[in-house]
Amino acid sequence: MAADPIASSPASAPADDIVVDVRDAHYSISGRAVFEGVTLTARRGQITAVMGPSGTGKTTLLRLITAQVYADRGQVNVWGQDVARLNSRQVFAMRRRMGMLFQNGALLTDLDVFENVAFPLREHTDLPENLIRNLVLTKLQAVGLRGAAELMPAELSGGMSRRVALARAIVMDPEMLIYDEPFVGLDPIGLGVILRLIQKMNEALGITSIVVSHDVHELASIAHQSYLLADGRVVAAGTPAELGRSESPNVRQFMSGAADGPVAFHYPAPDYAAQLLDQAGS
Amino acid sequence: MSGADGFFLDGLRRIGSVAVFQFRLLVQCGPAFARPGLIVLQVYNAGARSLIIIMLSGTFTGMVLGLQGFDLLQRFGSEDALGVAAALGMLKELGPVLTALLFAGRAGTALTSEIGLMRATDQLTAMQIMAVDPLRYVVAPRFLGGVIAMPLLTAVFCAVGLFGAQLVGVQMMGVDAGSFWSQMQSSVELRDVNEGIIKSVVFGITLSLIAVHEGYHSEPTAAGVGLATTRTVVASSVLTLLLDYILTAAFL
Repeated sequence: MAADPIASSPASAPADDIVVDVRDAHYSISGRAVFEGVTLTARRGQITAVMGPSGTGKTTLLRLITAQVYADRGQVNVWGQDVARLNSRQVFAMRRRMGMLFQNGALLTDLDVFENVAFPLREHTDLPENLIRNLVLTKLQAVGLRGAAELMPAELSGGMSRRVALARAIVMDPEMLIYDEPFVGLDPIGLGVILRLIQKMNEALGITSIVVSHDVHELASIAHQSYLLADGRVVAAGTPAELGRSESPNVRQFMSGAADGPVAFHYPAPDYAAQLLDQAGS
Repeated sequence: MSGADGFFLDGLRRIGSVAVFQFRLLVQCGPAFARPGLIVLQVYNAGARSLIIIMLSGTFTGMVLGLQGFDLLQRFGSEDALGVAAALGMLKELGPVLTALLFAGRAGTALTSEIGLMRATDQLTAMQIMAVDPLRYVVAPRFLGGVIAMPLLTAVFCAVGLFGAQLVGVQMMGVDAGSFWSQMQSSVELRDVNEGIIKSVVFGITLSLIAVHEGYHSEPTAAGVGLATTRTVVASSVLTLLLDYILTAAFL
């Protein structure tokens, strides 16, 4: 399938503006192809949305960017470095410049909220205790959970866990934040809070953000640049408004939430009537 | 490929995986000592929290040993030797082996399921993304905690067990307390005690390694963690008995 023509829209920006540059990445898990030539870029200070139906490998894309897995073919460049060529020390150095928000928060269950946020500071710095305390409280204040500092992760709601995880992700002042399905399972209030926080982190701190999600309308309100993944490729790219105007059947189905279209409602199966009438099969 | 070949290759692959894992883990054990608090916490989790089950089991094992030993020795009119028989049986075999089996069931399963759940809930991945090696922060302290706890638990098991044997032999069956203790003192040699200590150290390393390895490599699902926990118990039990035979043969 050919990419939508609008895919080439942001070609004019200078090259050093590009933080993440995925070029023709191929990746397969146990023989099943997840990506067959994905190309996308994320620019400094922008919110880049990666959308797509469930099971299109959106999370896998984040694993490629964070060097948890490597592309079989093609290149993944982050801050101009090919992640496949980094040794483990360099990978850790690269990861210290980024923060990641996991789908379920991934807080460390044996530490309370305060210690969870303090964790990267304690591991990577020798800051005095009162400075750590102030930093942690500042970040918790930013996500509105300074009062929850002494709670354990098990006592938090889904939305609160994600906000604590966000505080933890920004405590080292990263240059880039990666959000993996930040809206899944949240009530409208929690969703609104996370949405506003993502925008605030981007605007106030100038953090480059990559948001992976299938919540089209939430993302459309904050993203500068969007990519739509399907069938292992980027099938459309552009600003949310451009995607909304797209005539591509893939984009139309996804944006409008139609049950059937290029992404079929039915999982591949033998002919329905033939299977029902097939007595031998019963 | 035939079934036997597949089984053999799979076994070989597992051994290779454990060996590589052990090497990476040992490299991280040194840096883990920079956070002694984490290790102490794990000694508490694996050791102190197993104390009740260890002491109860030790008492009953000692009582059975006292009873059986008395019945056997009485037939030869040498029930005075009960103290030696109980001490040797306890220090050389029952102490280390039963402690190891109990450890596998109590602490080993807890280690595997805890690490497995951390894997399933992305906590280990989150650490990696925060540029913290989970082998150093999570796995090494738990491994070291188990290695330190096992000999201590074995010592407690033996001490409590000898008390149990004394309870039955001396208090109930009427063996002379003086000969019970004095014969034990004169006949048990340092190398008998050493045998038990070395066994418990070997079991501690082996079982802790199995527990953390299975947890670290479990499938990140509920079924995967359950399966890993089962594997920990099965592999730990079989290896304990196998290693016990090898070590006993080596000491004789």
